[in-house]
Amino acid sequence: MKGFQSRRLQAETITLAHGAGGKAMRDLIESVFVEGFASPELHRLEDQARLDLTRFTAQGDRLALTTDSYVVDPLFFPGGDIGKLAVAGTINDLAVGGARPLYLTCGMVIEEGLPMETLRAVVASMKATADAAGVAIVTGDTKVVHRGAADKLFINTAGVGVIPRGIDIRADRGQPGDKVIINGFLGDHGAAIVDARGEMSLDNSIETDCQPLNELVEAMLKVCPDIHCLRDATRGGLATVLNEFAEASRVTIALDEQALPIRPEVRGMCELLGLDPLYLANEGKLVAVVPAEESDALLAAMREHPSGRHSAVIGEVQAESTGRVILQTAFGGHRIVDMLVGEQLPRIC
Amino acid sequence: MKYVDEFRDPAKARALVKEITALYEKIPAAHQGPLQLMEFCGGHTHTIFRYGIEQLLPDWIELVHGPGCPVCVLPMGRVDDCVALAERPDVIFTTFGDAMRVPGSKKSLLQAKAEGADVRMVYSPMDALQLAKKHPDRQVIFFALGFETTMPSTALTVLQAEREGIENFSLFCNHITTVPTIKAILDSPDMRIDGFLAPGHVSMVVGEQPFQFVAQHYHRPIVITGFEPLDILQSIWMLLRQMADGRCEVENQYARVVASRGNTAGLQAIAQVFELREFFEWRGLGSIDHSGVRMRPEYARFDAEQKFSVPNLRITDPKSCQCGEVLKGAIRPWQCKVFGTGCTPETPMGALMVSSEGACAAYYNFGDLQELLQRREKEVVHA
Repeated sequence: MKGFQSRRLQAETITLAHGAGGKAMRDLIESVFVEGFASPELHRLEDQARLDLTRFTAQGDRLALTTDSYVVDPLFFPGGDIGKLAVAGTINDLAVGGARPLYLTCGMVIEEGLPMETLRAVVASMKATADAAGVAIVTGDTKVVHRGAADKLFINTAGVGVIPRGIDIRADRGQPGDKVIINGFLGDHGAAIVDARGEMSLDNSIETDCQPLNELVEAMLKVCPDIHCLRDATRGGLATVLNEFAEASRVTIALDEQALPIRPEVRGMCELLGLDPLYLANEGKLVAVVPAEESDALLAAMREHPSGRHSAVIGEVQAESTGRVILQTAFGGHRIVDMLVGEQLPRIC
Repeated sequence: MKYVDEFRDPAKARALVKEITALYEKIPAAHQGPLQLMEFCGGHTHTIFRYGIEQLLPDWIELVHGPGCPVCVLPMGRVDDCVALAERPDVIFTTFGDAMRVPGSKKSLLQAKAEGADVRMVYSPMDALQLAKKHPDRQVIFFALGFETTMPSTALTVLQAEREGIENFSLFCNHITTVPTIKAILDSPDMRIDGFLAPGHVSMVVGEQPFQFVAQHYHRPIVITGFEPLDILQSIWMLLRQMADGRCEVENQYARVVASRGNTAGLQAIAQVFELREFFEWRGLGSIDHSGVRMRPEYARFDAEQKFSVPNLRITDPKSCQCGEVLKGAIRPWQCKVFGTGCTPETPMGALMVSSEGACAAYYNFGDLQELLQRREKEVVHA
């Protein structure tokens, strides 16, 4: 790439100068973002990424476009960080529509005083996550705000991908008899964040499940192109996604409590705090509603992929058009699993 | 999970339900109409709904969900006081998580926080004391809430603050007591309760003795009950067994945790720091004599009510709210005029819709709302 020379960035912390549009900002962009993300599109240093249309049209007949903003405290937690989250999250939002994610953007709002080392670590993590998923970060933006106007670092990523011809995944396609499948343990991310905040001083090691799911989705579509519904179960957890499916498809979804994969340490934390793992956030879990006759083959294929090793059928779609989710409890009773009103709050006793 | 899953075994549950069902023949009172058994404690209510226990029971047993959720029964005036304290610029106001959403007459602590008050969620009063040490220039107030279960930890925190000479820590004391409340329920004219599941965690502190009056004076069987689903089923069986035998006793199902004399060290700490109030106002139940505690004069400097001025206004419950009747078992939650329509978890009017442990919220969240509303309509037509 011609004309570009990396300057050495001297500053050890971010100051308002790094967002002021002058030399300091240019140094920051070149030395941290352009070098860190290392994509040819970014190296051109133009105001926009220029993407070859043929790469899109060769892979499908529709573009998928999504955006998400990421705020998390702490920035680094067991198994991940805000950077990994920002890349994997947007990739997953594309992938669960059946799209092959290709390009991401990265907008950062940085609180003055953030150590440069922290920013570099986040960028390195974004790059590693994007590389592993075969996605390039091709354009970005940086703003620096006064101390207190943001909490350390906020990231927005937008992503674009291509949906192959014939794929039609929608929340309203759930059919009576369909099986509900999840690709592994519930609630790891939510529990890891509670743990990492250190308020509970728990002696355990729950890691986030944060991971890009595009490869897994591709493997799934290969075996079962007719996946009816597919979403990633992030904020609001499994319960929220299933309620969305049940409502849009005008069906009842029956969950089997005994089939839900939950790690003992996550269960333990939920018991202690009075939280429900059905509502805990995940960052690497998808929920699929699929034709019953294809569920065995699909499950087998999912279990062969590293992101789906603990996949399980956790319930099925029933014909009653209640739009509700029912949990058959392991104890022999049943209860309705509704959407949460607000945040889950720990119970007093 | 070891020592937990054992108490959730479906096969044992089926066996217990069979035993319970078989007792019907031996309890004449059950033939006159459904028996009403009250679980006092919100923790029990939570378990009952979470595991779907009501559906396992025969229809001649009705569970009445009592007032034992300290978050639910907090009157609006006290929440207003919390908000007033939290809005002082020098104050860090600390609270258990689920108390943040309880509506006051104008706003909840969650809303006050959004508007700039420094409200922080803690998991124990000790966390609040730590905050006070970390911020010597601020006043840290802990929103002390709960029955006898949470009283020892609050009392011990005050004693520690005293020992360490920490002056910027205080309590806004809203602790309430179990026994006067059960008594108030038993004394109310529309009371129809046939037996009680006594709160396990409260009993762990106070022991068995304080519940004797239920059996001796009011002739109702009472069983101290644990919080796992099998605990509840076994306790129901024990209550029915007493009825079948014509006995009225205090029995302890939760013996793995509750010692018959309670926790003497905890009781001592409570007695050292707290004294009974003449009366305390409850959301839904009105004023109940001796049902709350305040801090003893010796600890006035740790008492936020004395240290700061609080509005201390009485706000009456909305007229259409029927929480009191639900709490006493006179009507079922969905039979309340505003259940699920005027009163929902998003915009709770009454106490029981506020916390996830409130009976109405439990029916709303875990039950079939449409079916319940239809049932209410039908009943109104027939009435």
